[in-house]
Amino acid sequence: MIRVVLPQHLRTLVGVDGPVSVDVGERPTQRTVLDALEASYPVLRGTIRDHGTAKRRDFIRFFACGRDLTLEPADAPLPDEVASGAEPFRVVGAMAGG
Amino acid sequence: MSGVRLLVGTRKGAFVLTSDGTRDDWNVQGPLFAGWEIYHVNGSPADPDRLYASQSTGWHGQVVQRSDDGGDTWEPVGNEFAYDGVPGTHQWYDGTQHPWEFARVWHLEPSRTDPDTVFAGVEDAAIFRSVDAGRTWQELSGLRAHETGDQWQPGAGGLCLHTILIHPDDPQRMFVAISAAGAFRTDDGGETWRPINRGLRSGELPDEDREVGHCVHRIAMNPSRPDVLFMQKHWDVMRSDDGGESWHEVSGNLPSDFGFPIAVHAHEPDTVYVVPIKSDTEHVPPDGKLRVYRSRTGGNEWEPLTAGLPQSHCYVNILRDAMAVDGLDPGGVYFGTTGGQIYASPDGGDTWTAIVRDLPAVLSVEAQTLP
Repeated sequence: MIRVVLPQHLRTLVGVDGPVSVDVGERPTQRTVLDALEASYPVLRGTIRDHGTAKRRDFIRFFACGRDLTLEPADAPLPDEVASGAEPFRVVGAMAGG
Repeated sequence: MSGVRLLVGTRKGAFVLTSDGTRDDWNVQGPLFAGWEIYHVNGSPADPDRLYASQSTGWHGQVVQRSDDGGDTWEPVGNEFAYDGVPGTHQWYDGTQHPWEFARVWHLEPSRTDPDTVFAGVEDAAIFRSVDAGRTWQELSGLRAHETGDQWQPGAGGLCLHTILIHPDDPQRMFVAISAAGAFRTDDGGETWRPINRGLRSGELPDEDREVGHCVHRIAMNPSRPDVLFMQKHWDVMRSDDGGESWHEVSGNLPSDFGFPIAVHAHEPDTVYVVPIKSDTEHVPPDGKLRVYRSRTGGNEWEPLTAGLPQSHCYVNILRDAMAVDGLDPGGVYFGTTGGQIYASPDGGDTWTAIVRDLPAVLSVEAQTLP
């Protein structure tokens, strides 16, 4: 299971206090994790990636294992620690605005 | 005893304010959806417990919330606003063509008869309809496909469709307004639309009779006289007596005819309210005095309403969707400010009281009259 840490606004929208877990099988990628996340929590559709194009929204970043993975290819394998569930995949709202 | 429920959208959440028919004491609930911009919350005339809210942030885009119990609980519903077909382009600030891009829902207008049917006015300007209580949305693309669509240009607040009025007797007829394209009308339930801007004069436009390009800020009607429309334009307060076929100016003795909201009394179709703002460059009340102006003659003759409103050092603005009337007798009037005050008048504007003073900047106010 992959652990996903959502930003506060999305935790509120989903109705959880902590990380959520999704099952994406072996060799998870950004795309498969986000696909599974949106399948489990349809309310997140359009809030991390645009409808239709699945393009990442401008002020969303993806962090894991102390690295910024935002600009990595969507189909690149995520770190082993994320795949094993040892480390979470973090969806982060970029610092911007007030 | 009957009562009033105010639905307030702010920069940082929604608030629900309720009172009994006296409108003396108010219960303030909120913030709901804290931290999100709530452009609009509106209730179904057919079922006052059915509410819709437009929730958005720059980070996470658009969410639409629905309540079936008057705002006690909410459920996120559909948030996919896909333009019909190939979106095409509209005019950008620099005169080039720019692709239509969805930004947010500015205004939600439920059907007068069916709680599950609701219209959404969005930026970039388009109107969508849901017939399943907000779960899915379909564009009424005849509006954007109008032959002038590629000439529409955003105002300073974006290319937003911010006003939707449904004719009370003929639901096939609707009016919408877009900044800065103008007003449009459909007579076939949204299949086709045409501009209704004859008589509008927008000073800087070289062509005085231009069909589009007018910065309409808000349109209001009294349902008992639906062919009479009142408009607050960027500059000028306008009136139409023929369902928008033609407009004439009724700014009269207003200290400034720039402003954003306009409202019509629920029982007196010739009683109209505006809030003059100094200018399009300063967006503050003239002389630091917050004054609602009321006309009881359908325009031209206006009186300042000041009792209970700050008459010095007041530099708030009142946005276009932030004024509403209730249906009680005597009729109540309400507005919210960018300074976070919600002012209420239970006597048609004669006296005002701040229900709350320190909300986030108020984007919208709707008043529901409850049985």
